[in-house]
Amino acid sequence: MTTRKLLGSATILALVLLAACGGAEKPAEVAEKPAAEAPAGPPVDPATAATVTGKVVYKDGKPQPNRIRMDADAACAAMHGTPVFSHEVVVNDNGTLRYVFVYVKEGLDNRTFPTPKEPAVLDQRGCLYTPHVVGVQTNQDVKILNSDSTTHNIHPVPTNNREWNTSMPPGAEPLVKNFPREELLIPVKCNVHPWMKSYIGVLKHPFFAVTGIDGTFTLKGLPPGEYTIAAWQEKFGAVEQKVTVGPKETKTVDFTITPKAAGD
Amino acid sequence: MVAPPNTSLHRFALLTAAATFLLLAAGALVTSNDAGLAVPDWPLSYGTWMPPMVGNIFYEHGHRMVATVVGLLTTVLALWLCLKEPRRWVRRLGLVALGVVVLQGVLGGITVLFLLPRPVSIAHATLAQLFFCLAVSLAVFAGPAWREEAPKAVDASSPPLRRLSQATALALLAQLILGAAFRHSAAGIVPHLFGAAVVAFLVAWTARRVLVQFAAQPELVRSARMLAGLLAAQLLLGAGAYLARLGSAESAQPELFYVAATVAHVAAGGATLASSVVLTLWCYRRVSGPGESIALASTPQRATI
Ligand code: HEM
Ligand code: HEM
Ligand SMILES: [Cu+2]
Repeated sequence: MTTRKLLGSATILALVLLAACGGAEKPAEVAEKPAAEAPAGPPVDPATAATVTGKVVYKDGKPQPNRIRMDADAACAAMHGTPVFSHEVVVNDNGTLRYVFVYVKEGLDNRTFPTPKEPAVLDQRGCLYTPHVVGVQTNQDVKILNSDSTTHNIHPVPTNNREWNTSMPPGAEPLVKNFPREELLIPVKCNVHPWMKSYIGVLKHPFFAVTGIDGTFTLKGLPPGEYTIAAWQEKFGAVEQKVTVGPKETKTVDFTITPKAAGD
Repeated sequence: MVAPPNTSLHRFALLTAAATFLLLAAGALVTSNDAGLAVPDWPLSYGTWMPPMVGNIFYEHGHRMVATVVGLLTTVLALWLCLKEPRRWVRRLGLVALGVVVLQGVLGGITVLFLLPRPVSIAHATLAQLFFCLAVSLAVFAGPAWREEAPKAVDASSPPLRRLSQATALALLAQLILGAAFRHSAAGIVPHLFGAAVVAFLVAWTARRVLVQFAAQPELVRSARMLAGLLAAQLLLGAGAYLARLGSAESAQPELFYVAATVAHVAAGGATLASSVVLTLWCYRRVSGPGESIALASTPQRATI
């Protein structure tokens, strides 16, 4: 018991050291699929892995986006030649929604998945967060950059994980953090620039995606089975659908988000 | 024989109270702009005394700077009173004010370090208003009018005016706390609206009593008029703040009209409370209570003799 605790703490310490030392010089590239290293549950067999794909359609036309005014910080305003709009609700040209976090909510049972070694990256650029919505696995590093010539403070407001608030002056070293517990989704804000908001989804598994400019998502490498897929949008909340995939099967699951239906 | 009033000390006390009023507005700007955590550290700001004043850092650090000025003014006032004020209870009140301003500063720091826990933010908002009342009271006590001996008006009504004005001040304090609880998302708006009705009723009652029965007491009349006027303004500003809140619910950032309406409502709330406290003080000074000969021992009036 005590030995195990000791071993556990030693591992954590080693990981922390690794993260701390690694954070400084690693290039800023986005995580690929996790490399399997210590499978604890039944491993996913790549030969039978299935795929769920689809798109998220917005049912209510194209709403007028909210304008962001950056005059409170001249350095921010100077970085944008054209008007900047809030990323809260972004409807793509094809009527789909951008920045929807789509993930497997149920169906993976007790499978465990290794923590990716590559960090997820959250950049503060042009006094906006890039990406606006980001997913990570529990304990996966999140590398936070400040690419701006102004001061930001980064302040996640979780309910399940520890809250913190750190200042990042221009040229600050990247900040490496992680979230040990599952949480959907953690709002992140900058209190210097109150329009700056982003969301971090923390899951125990790698089956999540964020819709982009075409409003689609793809969840690859799923073991065959029955799943509940959820699509979460910061303003409209979440919608869910059930899907069953057989070995090597690809199924399409399209979501429709209506402002009224999804609990405005 | 009463010592001659010290006009420069009185002016300085007025200055401290006026600076505190500005500080209420500066603090409310922090909350309305959601700037409370724009500076994550304390007592320094970004490790220095003077961080770049961009974005919300301007509001948070600006608030700290105004608070520092008020802290210094209060220190000077307390020392000045200690040296020059003949009335011991006024000297003591100066020291209490100094203690409260220090405590208030520490509460501000704590709310930053602990990421704005609601109880601490609400306590900071409430103590701010109480400190403002202290500063205003000191200015009243240091003024020449307070020292003037005038025959006390007899109050035979029930409830006695002293009790009534006191109850109004306490109700206003409760209303400020309900407002702070709503503003810091610890309660709904309904208790605050209910409180507004109670407060409006009490203020109307008190003011009417003063204007009808004590029209010969200039200090009472002035404070009662002030209180009634501020309350009317405050009700309008409250409605404005509520509409502004609804109107900016969809905005990407705090809108100017929201900030203006809420800051005005918070500052006018402080002024309303302070004017009811001043009215209460004058009630004790110029109106006799039912058990006056017994109550005398505990009133400030006796100490001046
Ligand atoms: C010493 C006298 C001070 C006074 C009278 C004062 C007054 C106020 C007032 C009236 C508010 C607005 C509350 C509201 O709108 O609900 C406020 C907010 C705030 N004050 Fe102070 N303050 C003082 C000192 C400080 C100091 C030294 C700090 C240091 C960090 C500080 C930090 C804050 C913060 C962070 C808020 C925003 C709280 C929130 O939004 O939850 N204050 N203050
Ligand atoms: C009797 C008079 C009233 C007084 C003395 C009063 C006082 C206050 C104070 C002091 C606060 C802020 C507390 C703080 O955080 O420091 C507040 C908040 C607020 N009050 Fe009142 N209030 C009154 C009446 C009303 C009425 C009639 C309404 C609305 C219809 C109203 C709406 C609000 C709203 C919306 C806020 C929150 C502002 C925000 O969005 O941050 N108040 N009130
Ligand atoms: Cu920022």
